Amino acid sequence: MTEAPFTLYRLQACPFCERVVRVLDDLALPYRSRFVEPMHSDRDVVKRVSGSRTVPVLVDERTGVTLTESANVVRYLETTYGEATADAPREATVREPTGAGGSSTAAEPAEGGDR
Amino acid sequence: MDLGFDVVDLGPADHVGVGEEAPDFVRPLVNEEFWEDVALSALTADGPVALVFHPMDGAFPTTYLWNEIRDRDWRTYETEVVGVSISDPYRHKRLIDERGIDHRLYADPGNGVAEAFGIAHDLDGMAGIEEPRLAVFVLDADRTVTWAWVAREWPEFPDYDAVEAAIEAVEPVPTGTA
Repeated sequence: MTEAPFTLYRLQACPFCERVVRVLDDLALPYRSRFVEPMHSDRDVVKRVSGSRTVPVLVDERTGVTLTESANVVRYLETTYGEATADAPREATVREPTGAGGSSTAAEPAEGGDR
Repeated sequence: MDLGFDVVDLGPADHVGVGEEAPDFVRPLVNEEFWEDVALSALTADGPVALVFHPMDGAFPTTYLWNEIRDRDWRTYETEVVGVSISDPYRHKRLIDERGIDHRLYADPGNGVAEAFGIAHDLDGMAGIEEPRLAVFVLDADRTVTWAWVAREWPEFPDYDAVEAAIEAVEPVPTGTA
């Protein structure tokens, strides 16, 4: 709940979200899940957090980084917390994919169960 | 006098009583935008809580109850007034929308929370489903029950003025007036 260093905004049965969940599990990173509204147009909380209404959205409370799009999230997790990087989190690798606020999320418009 | 209908007598419930520590639990807590696992103890860590157990969303007592709570503006209390029913998060969200509820609702489809509080209602033996009796537990920040009411009839509603008095009794003293 308040202890988890990651917050994952997800949708039930969303494969893109499950991809992120699998990586979080593989890396043994504790997270809290917030399941959101299936209707894309009603997902205002996601928009406030990330700048767009797609899920998944992952917030890394430790670094303050908010990520959208599963490929970006997975890349971030693997480069920041994966074994390959071994040492401390490298925030520099993080910011560019989403521009920190997720302003450019044009790619993968189908992600998150758009309808 | 024959009224031509029956109010069912449920009898007394062997429920968690005043002065006892309320059982802690974790269940999905639903707001108008998302649902996430939240422990009762996480709520009481922020202050007093009034837990309102009610029948399934969609049952008329639930409608009456939340209309009354909305009209009485219980959202203005420091004490967080939180609902609990067996309805799932999507149905809870619909209830929040329909009734203009400004409170969060726990989803407890297995009715385990009601069991733990001693207020399960077997719904006249309907197969594979039970729900809480309508009930209100006011908890202080230590999760101690300071006031409790459990329905003994079906339907029966709480004395809302009495609930308000109980909430006002556990409200934190506003700073500067002590």
